Amino acid sequence: MEYQNLFTRLQVEAPLHPGLDLGPDTDKRSGMTENYWLGKIGDAQLGPIYLGGTGILSILFGFIAIEIIGLNMWASVNWDPVEFIRQLPWLALEPPSPEYGLSIPPLNEGGWWLMAGFFLTASILLWWVRTYNLARRNGIGTHLAWAFAAAIWLYLVLGLIRPVLMGSWSEAVPFGIFPHLDWTAAFSIRYGNLFYNPFHMLSIAFLYGSTLLFAMHGATILAVSRYGGDREIDQITYRGTASERAQLFWRWTMGFNATMESIHRWGLWFAVLTVITGGIGILLTGTVVENWYLWAVKHGVAPAYPPIEAVPPVNPMTTGAGQ
Amino acid sequence: MSILHTIRLPLVAVAATATLAACNPPPHDVVQRGYRGTAMELVIDKAERAESVAANKAPDVIPQVPSGGPKAGDLYENVEVLGDLTVGEFTRVMASITQWVAPEEGCNYCHVPGNFASEDVYTKKVARSMLAMTQRINEDWGEKHVAPAGVTCYTCHRGQAVPQYAWSHDPGPKTSAKIDTNGQNIASPTAAYSSLPYDPLTPFLDEDYPISLQGNTALPTGPNVGTKQAEWTYSLMMHFSESLNANCTFCHNSRAFANWEQSPYQRVKAWHAIRMVRETNNGYIKPTGEWLPPHRLGPMGDVPKVSCMTCHQGAYKPMYGANMIDPYPSLATKSGVAVEMAEEAADAKAERDGPVPAVGNMGGGE
Repeated sequence: MEYQNLFTRLQVEAPLHPGLDLGPDTDKRSGMTENYWLGKIGDAQLGPIYLGGTGILSILFGFIAIEIIGLNMWASVNWDPVEFIRQLPWLALEPPSPEYGLSIPPLNEGGWWLMAGFFLTASILLWWVRTYNLARRNGIGTHLAWAFAAAIWLYLVLGLIRPVLMGSWSEAVPFGIFPHLDWTAAFSIRYGNLFYNPFHMLSIAFLYGSTLLFAMHGATILAVSRYGGDREIDQITYRGTASERAQLFWRWTMGFNATMESIHRWGLWFAVLTVITGGIGILLTGTVVENWYLWAVKHGVAPAYPPIEAVPPVNPMTTGAGQ
Repeated sequence: MSILHTIRLPLVAVAATATLAACNPPPHDVVQRGYRGTAMELVIDKAERAESVAANKAPDVIPQVPSGGPKAGDLYENVEVLGDLTVGEFTRVMASITQWVAPEEGCNYCHVPGNFASEDVYTKKVARSMLAMTQRINEDWGEKHVAPAGVTCYTCHRGQAVPQYAWSHDPGPKTSAKIDTNGQNIASPTAAYSSLPYDPLTPFLDEDYPISLQGNTALPTGPNVGTKQAEWTYSLMMHFSESLNANCTFCHNSRAFANWEQSPYQRVKAWHAIRMVRETNNGYIKPTGEWLPPHRLGPMGDVPKVSCMTCHQGAYKPMYGANMIDPYPSLATKSGVAVEMAEEAADAKAERDGPVPAVGNMGGGE
């Protein structure tokens, strides 16, 4: 039982430390403390932190966006606090209706949606700048910033790029919990079943692949932590270490093993390709492909099955059977 | 301590199973109706179906009387639809209608006591329209939708003066803020508690906004309906699904919703039903508005109308297909003023002036 470490079992206590001296921000960082429960899921030390211009603006813009969305939701139940809580999963801030195209509508007919979208986008992009800058300051690669950028790509396709190409803000996603899910289902049905979109297929493969890789890697490292497997890199060249045992496990299981370095490349690429391919799939929908099912039939992707009925129904709109 | 240790896992398993099972308890029947592996399946909740079958039974039939004798139209005044019936049969139909519609209120719900010819009670005029409507549905929409079971007053009324599932325009949540929510984003029973538009019935079953969405070409050929409008159609489909307690595959092949050749026949029945319901609402029900007292009208002042739920009430066929019409041949074909009323009803145009689904730039076709 001692090493069944699904949760952090041992917390290392050390004096609070502000970190390396890496440039002019260092002495502006403030607010160091520690917390036992944080230590359960990560490092017990909280802070110091320095937001700087991008960080402060990002949080401010993000707050404005959430505020606009929340107040619009609250207004749509007539400022009733009880209804606001009850209906919260159903409430939304809707994009403008199709008649407005790409123009700026009145505030209560989609103008607020545009404004919330602007502030949310600004907030996200500023936070991206912050991740990029901090990586450079730290002397590390900018992989994280680019992985974040992949997610931002999908976000921008859904809310900005595709609506602009379609010529209408109304094609964008509403801000809301159930509403964005219902929108997703309606979007798929409108454009002839997104499951026949090859980029949607790729995105799903990478998404499920990401979860699989994440579970494999996380489990492997926890399994060898009794040998110090969490100290991966300094073991990489020695025999009998956690690192070698982890790799031998997979080689004996399936013949092939990733290395301590390449497993992270697998994880990164699967994760970022999920949103990159997903974004491409959304971007093509309605802009260059009208009906994914018919597209898949045309290109031999969708198999033909026998019809449900012995004499298949015909479209009553073409036979004049209707009134 | 050690006992707790031993039973902890089973306890968690039992609790988790009970929690999850509450969503939709087994056993389910799954009926395969398409090619293997294509998920063309009907999912039937056995307990729910058993309850629904018990609740959707055809009423007892008053035995038919021997034919012969004078005609009702000759004996009574002001019999405009069923005048050709013998007095015996006429009386039987009237008694049946009383059972179906006003079992507690009795004859006087529609008639002035002592003067059955009087038109002073508004319900009498409404009842005449409803008789004509029933005949029209049985005769002219029979093959398209209601045959062979047919419909009587009971199909909707079930012993109540106003059918339980009549509907009227949904004004949505009251708010002074005038936020345009596209008529959606509130928990809506009509849309099966989704956040889809809460009143899909007005644009599609009262008015005649286009329902179909998907383009019939692989690549775009020009402006078409948008995603927002798709949400309106989706909401209507949720109403269908709730009304018939059936999943999408009852009518559609869900891999290609628009494709008719791969659809079950039920989709053709449903397509005609949409037209039948529109005609019924515009041709028969809305004209009764001039007689209805204000307390019978909906919150927006409109006449309570019919939808799929009004007849189906959770059964894929009303009364699970029990034959309603055979014992009442006088309701199966148009007679008297019903002939003329049917022509007017067929001409009654569904208008487009209610809450408007987001059609906008995209003007798709029917």
